Amino acid sequence: MTDLFTEPELLFQHNPEQPFQLPPGLARLRAERPLAPMRFPDGHEGWLATGYDEARTVLGHAAFSNRYELIHIPLPGFSGEMPPAPTGDFLGLDAPEHTRFRRLLAGKFTVRRMRVLTEQVERFTADRLAALAALPRPADLMAAYAQPIPALVICELLGVPATDREWFRQAVNGMLAREGTSADDIMTNWTALNDYLRDLVRAKRAEPTDDVLSELTTSDLTEDELTGVGVFLLGAGLHTTATVLGLSTLALLMNPGQLATLRENPAGAIEELLRYTGIGGATVRVARTDVEIGGELVKAGQTVAISPIAANRDPRRFGDGDALDLGRDASGHLSFAHGVHQCLGQHLARVELRIALPALFERFPSLALAVPVHEVPLRTTANMYELERLPLTWQD
Amino acid sequence: MKVIVDEARCVGGGHCVVTAERVFDQHERDGTVVLLDSTPPEELHEAVHRAAMLCPAAAISVTA
Repeated sequence: MTDLFTEPELLFQHNPEQPFQLPPGLARLRAERPLAPMRFPDGHEGWLATGYDEARTVLGHAAFSNRYELIHIPLPGFSGEMPPAPTGDFLGLDAPEHTRFRRLLAGKFTVRRMRVLTEQVERFTADRLAALAALPRPADLMAAYAQPIPALVICELLGVPATDREWFRQAVNGMLAREGTSADDIMTNWTALNDYLRDLVRAKRAEPTDDVLSELTTSDLTEDELTGVGVFLLGAGLHTTATVLGLSTLALLMNPGQLATLRENPAGAIEELLRYTGIGGATVRVARTDVEIGGELVKAGQTVAISPIAANRDPRRFGDGDALDLGRDASGHLSFAHGVHQCLGQHLARVELRIALPALFERFPSLALAVPVHEVPLRTTANMYELERLPLTWQD
Repeated sequence: MKVIVDEARCVGGGHCVVTAERVFDQHERDGTVVLLDSTPPEELHEAVHRAAMLCPAAAISVTA
């Protein structure tokens, strides 16, 4: 192996016949040099972490920054510089600016509060199961089930009135890049949503209701910041949960022997599905000072790209990590990252998955993929995987 | 076992509450950790070690 890893595009490759297979090049690299020097698409000489310990250390290390403007991007063909985080997007900030937002939001996303949402998630799930059952087959799980459930939950959190929810759902859908959507369409929908959230912030400030957004209007966040937080929560919570729900369904249909474990221990099973389906192509951090990790010296200013899917399957941490085993203890996986930026909504995502996934297989015991696996339109070229459609069928 | 939490480091990850709810809780205000029992009984030691391992901000430490 050469010293410099020059195939960052491997981070975003997948085999359509075996969508959950880790690119063999990444597995080899992980075995040989779990933190390896890598040439980024813009020419930057940074690093790639494929080992679990190395990835977790970088994500949790105080020497690493997540300020977007300091970071080099490992996406293929990406050579531009990143602008600083837009207002309200605290993921792109470091302490103490990040801490201010994180603390405000963490108080709204405590484990206890997420458990309180369980009943609502159960209600949304029941409604969507009924809607799905009424559709002609094959039906698309993404449009009918996987996307609407997290969208309804976000509406609940933000306090989007029931009368606006259909509009809201369509605007959110229109914001996702997919076949037949132009950049102009996306921008139009983004602006409309942004305007909608700004009006919602004003309305909640004038007349608070029982939701997260109303509560936040009493904080020191400005109207711009609060609008930005709303947009950020949408970006972070919709597409991610929908994709994991879709990919988990696909993974279970490809491993039907595991369904019994999903019924017996949904919490453990969901953890393993989160580990196994991992939807992030690369997470990035930049070193602010020289730092030694796993015997390698990362210099100040160097970007480290982390492959969560490679780290999540590291045999040093998970044994046979390439196998889906719903009975294993998968806790500690990096699908929600690690460190101060670890996903704020992770327990909410767990509630959604724990309810919606078993309910789907219980309602449709004969659920089956309606197309060959290689025809499932999984898009891995963006930094977050996207499952565009999941055509399913079943017997009455 | 003695459990120590560093509230200043805490980012409200909540794993500690999920893993050992008799030992840890979260402040409603900002999600930060509340230590309910700094000397938990032996049957909770494994859960506490697990909570410390899962904590994203390394805000939980344990001494003998």
